[in-house]
Amino acid sequence: MPTEILMPALSPTMEEGTLAKWLVKEGDTVSSGDILAEIETDKATMEFEAVDEGTVGKILVAEGTEAVKVNTAIAVLLDEGEDAGDIDKAAASAPGSGSGQTQEAPDERAPEKATAKARSGAAQGEALTPNTEPDWPQGTETANQTVREALNSAIAEELRRDDSVFLMGEEVAEYEGAYKITQGLLDEFGARRIIDTPITEHGFAGIGVGAALGGLRPIVEFMTWNFAMQAIDQIINSAAKTLYMSGGQMGCPIVFRGPNGAAARVGAQHSQDYATWYSQVPGLKVVQPYSASDAKGLLKSAIRDPNPVIFLENEILYGKSFEVPVLDDFTVPFGKARVWREGDDVTIVSFGIGMTYAMEAAEKLAENGIEAEVIDLRTLRPIDYDTVIASVRKTNRCVTVEEGWPVCAIGNHISAVLMERAFDWLDAPVINCTGKDVPMPYAANLEKMALTSTDEVLEAVRQVTYR
Amino acid sequence: MAAPKSTKKSNISADELKGHYRDMLLIRRFEEKAGQLYGMGLIGGFCHLYIGQEAVVVGLEAAAEEGDKRITTYRDHGHMLACGMDPNGVMAELTGRDGGYSRGKGGSMHMFSKEKHFYGGHGIVGANVPLGAGLAFADKYRGEDRVTFTYFGDGAANQGQVYETFNMAALWDLPVVFVIENNQYAMGTSQKRSTSTPDIYTRGEAFGIPGEAVDGMDVLAVKAAGDKAVKHCRSGKGPYILEIKTYRYRGHSMSDPAKYRTREEVQKMREEKDAIEHVRDLLLSGDHASEEDLKAIDKEIKEIVNASAEFAKESPEPEPEELWTDIYADVTPQNQVAGEGEETNAN
Repeated sequence: MPTEILMPALSPTMEEGTLAKWLVKEGDTVSSGDILAEIETDKATMEFEAVDEGTVGKILVAEGTEAVKVNTAIAVLLDEGEDAGDIDKAAASAPGSGSGQTQEAPDERAPEKATAKARSGAAQGEALTPNTEPDWPQGTETANQTVREALNSAIAEELRRDDSVFLMGEEVAEYEGAYKITQGLLDEFGARRIIDTPITEHGFAGIGVGAALGGLRPIVEFMTWNFAMQAIDQIINSAAKTLYMSGGQMGCPIVFRGPNGAAARVGAQHSQDYATWYSQVPGLKVVQPYSASDAKGLLKSAIRDPNPVIFLENEILYGKSFEVPVLDDFTVPFGKARVWREGDDVTIVSFGIGMTYAMEAAEKLAENGIEAEVIDLRTLRPIDYDTVIASVRKTNRCVTVEEGWPVCAIGNHISAVLMERAFDWLDAPVINCTGKDVPMPYAANLEKMALTSTDEVLEAVRQVTYR
Repeated sequence: MAAPKSTKKSNISADELKGHYRDMLLIRRFEEKAGQLYGMGLIGGFCHLYIGQEAVVVGLEAAAEEGDKRITTYRDHGHMLACGMDPNGVMAELTGRDGGYSRGKGGSMHMFSKEKHFYGGHGIVGANVPLGAGLAFADKYRGEDRVTFTYFGDGAANQGQVYETFNMAALWDLPVVFVIENNQYAMGTSQKRSTSTPDIYTRGEAFGIPGEAVDGMDVLAVKAAGDKAVKHCRSGKGPYILEIKTYRYRGHSMSDPAKYRTREEVQKMREEKDAIEHVRDLLLSGDHASEEDLKAIDKEIKEIVNASAEFAKESPEPEPEELWTDIYADVTPQNQVAGEGEETNAN
């Protein structure tokens, strides 16, 4: 049976091309790999090779022909023992011949799930499931603990629980952590499981991801998240996307953790909040705790999570103390915001160190008779939208607070979701309190100005409450 | 080529030699078919063919044992076929269909098989090198006597993370064979124009990693070098580097007009150094196989490849629901931002 040689697609975007030159003529014998023709694509002139052996029976498209559509038959190749007479027979028996291969057109199925929800439905009041559960049962004994101690005990408990958990990073073992989060761990767990790495973020992040693909549960400490920019390709391209790219075969259970955001007077390269960077990436989970109980409960959940988790801590919060429940195995689930303070007049949404401004502002507002509801998102992917929306339905006003930059801030995203899903309940525009749109300056006064502040939160609340 | 030729007096059996011939031929014919399907518009995007380099993976797979791992970059079809993955599943992934290894969600550059210990299929040049060391780390951590073959090209050998990995792999004695598939061109840039030293394996010396150059057009030389490297790793001595000097006949990807080298250069390699022809000659001259035997193998391969192409055309596109699966191992998000629904437990 004669074989049609079709106009090939020679680039990802090519739809048609020019048949610049034939390098064979009718009657020539060709074998696999021989150049048949030169074809001009949208990018370059390409040589087009024979795939099958045979004799060129007929050239159907003359050289110099422009705009030859991909998959048009351009020549006919005869097999051993065939002659030109077979071509017509073949043409008669193949109705599609000459106009292209019998390639199925891609199935133009309409997307079954409309991406845009009927917004009017949202205005009617969709059912919400705000988080009203306490993090631990009433009456549970609590102890006062710093965030640092809470993180340390979370790691230690998970190392005890599961031998596949190990910790790697710079100065985590013998030095016991640049910020002393890993104090005592080398003593208890040994050098097999608490591993000092060279200063080589890109490399050890990749080794961590490889170990996770190989079935371990690594905790990779970045001395600070600033240095993780060297490793962000491994975090996103290798850790976050592999499960999807593998059709669900290769999960990557790994925790990347360390201090994030501004510390104090360490300048532009050491003072950046990455909340919004990582929260944009499907495949990652992102946690930014404020309190010690959340630091502990969420880190334990992160280590057990079968997905890559970004765990953003804060150096200034490390030394802050909170009540932590005394329980054998205390975990906090992802995607549940915590309402720290109830109020009817305004909703203040924050996370991480932003909560210190939010809480301080709420106390001052209460002195002036304004009751703020303060919500700590705790996890930024997934975000607990329902708890925020339910609160805004009650207060009709919202202010967001974070230390990161203002463009594409988490607060911007919350505002957009409120616009879509709570528009009819809003009595004022949502205001985002954020860090300023500048690299972090060193000078004490300028650094203070560059961050957001309790005063800015108070001013924002005054604006949305029209007082 | 500086690498030594294998001795023809190898004590390899006729069956092994025929096996190498068959495995290399499968890759070549599969890739030719893939090129054809690309030309027909059935395969989209990037498609990097392995034609010319077949002896590298076939030789090294012959040195691997059950449970050993492999990971590579984006010129990965040959690696998958050589480690025993199903040609149907590979071809159907190339056409973006439900029957593909990643159910159509990965494509040419992103395929995986847990069963065959094949860890991809990675598109960022050099990024799979620390991943490979991490796989070896996991084996060592668990006390498992396994080796990870970590393949990358002469182009990737100029990425910084490769040397970060060399350092840690040597420091921690990780059982990893770094396989530099030196096909002499990093996309369109020749090794001469991109790489300061002619022998890339010597870069391991700075980290105390032994290595050697190997003639990658000679499957027996590759197998012998692979045996040596694997033995080194299994004995607990840490990583080993094999720089396998090879050559790709086709362009970097399907849309590469390959103007950076002459037609004659490619033709000369094909005529004088072709790995498959080399084994064919060994088989016939050594009376290990007859022309008829080889024809039978050719026919078998042709049938497998044609069947894979048919399967890849017949297999349906993935269901629209697949858009939302496999993002997380535990939950299936469904456009949560717009309140499209709750996260549901996938398990």
